[in-house]
Amino acid sequence: MDFDKELDAKGLNCPLPILRAKKALADMGSGQVLRIMTTDPGSVKDFAAFAKQTGNELLSSAEKGKEFEFYIKRK
Amino acid sequence: MNMPTDQAALDALIRQRLDEILPQKLEELKAAKTPSMSIIATKGTLDWAYPPFILASTAAALGWDVSIFFTFYGLNLLKHDIGGLKVSPLGNPGMPMKMPFGPDWFKGINWNIPNFVQAGIPGFEAVATQLMQQTIKNNGVATIGELRSLSQEAGVKLIACQMTVELFGFSHDDFIDGVDYAGAATFLPVAQESDVCLFV
Repeated sequence: MDFDKELDAKGLNCPLPILRAKKALADMGSGQVLRIMTTDPGSVKDFAAFAKQTGNELLSSAEKGKEFEFYIKRK
Repeated sequence: MNMPTDQAALDALIRQRLDEILPQKLEELKAAKTPSMSIIATKGTLDWAYPPFILASTAAALGWDVSIFFTFYGLNLLKHDIGGLKVSPLGNPGMPMKMPFGPDWFKGINWNIPNFVQAGIPGFEAVATQLMQQTIKNNGVATIGELRSLSQEAGVKLIACQMTVELFGFSHDDFIDGVDYAGAATFLPVAQESDVCLFV
């Protein structure tokens, strides 16, 4: 999947991946896509809730071994 | 004489229209409202510093309006240097005592140290605090300073209880910039309007 910006949040724990993602999205334009990589198993549910609450679209959420990958489209 | 009939017909019409319109209107109002949260932070230890700042920074990232009121020992969380926050395992049977270093089998041991031993060893609290700081670092958990500045950047309002500032002999110079000073009468109306209100 294409993306405009990437955020490496591996090794970070709750709530840092969400806070960093929020910051990254703030610098992006509407419709742009952010790719986020994490290792926090809690981030799967957290990013789904974050997207639902903020109106940014969670395009995909995938588990790759011990890592998690998210694509979020800025509203 | 046909008034009551007209009235009844009108009432029925209004009820019917309300049933049609109201659910959507309520949804719109709910969607338009910015969620809000107010927290009272009363604890001044390293462990209890986490809940208010984690919840506040996350809520702000979700777009909520957030206020934290700091009172009593919670005021410690507003000081310039919060590197000195401590954690006490004494009288805290819920706290696991594990080592943040060494092989996995060693890290897995829960050291059950009796209270009277903890109380008797000078510097026990300082060591426990260092171990927790190391565990926090090892686990990629944010420091309190980090969460506090992220909260401030995200627009979380920090309010210190002026009464306890005076009670404990603190001055405004002891605290970081951007803190407001107020009392219970300021907190309650904010709490009244909040969707989420927590006492930590």
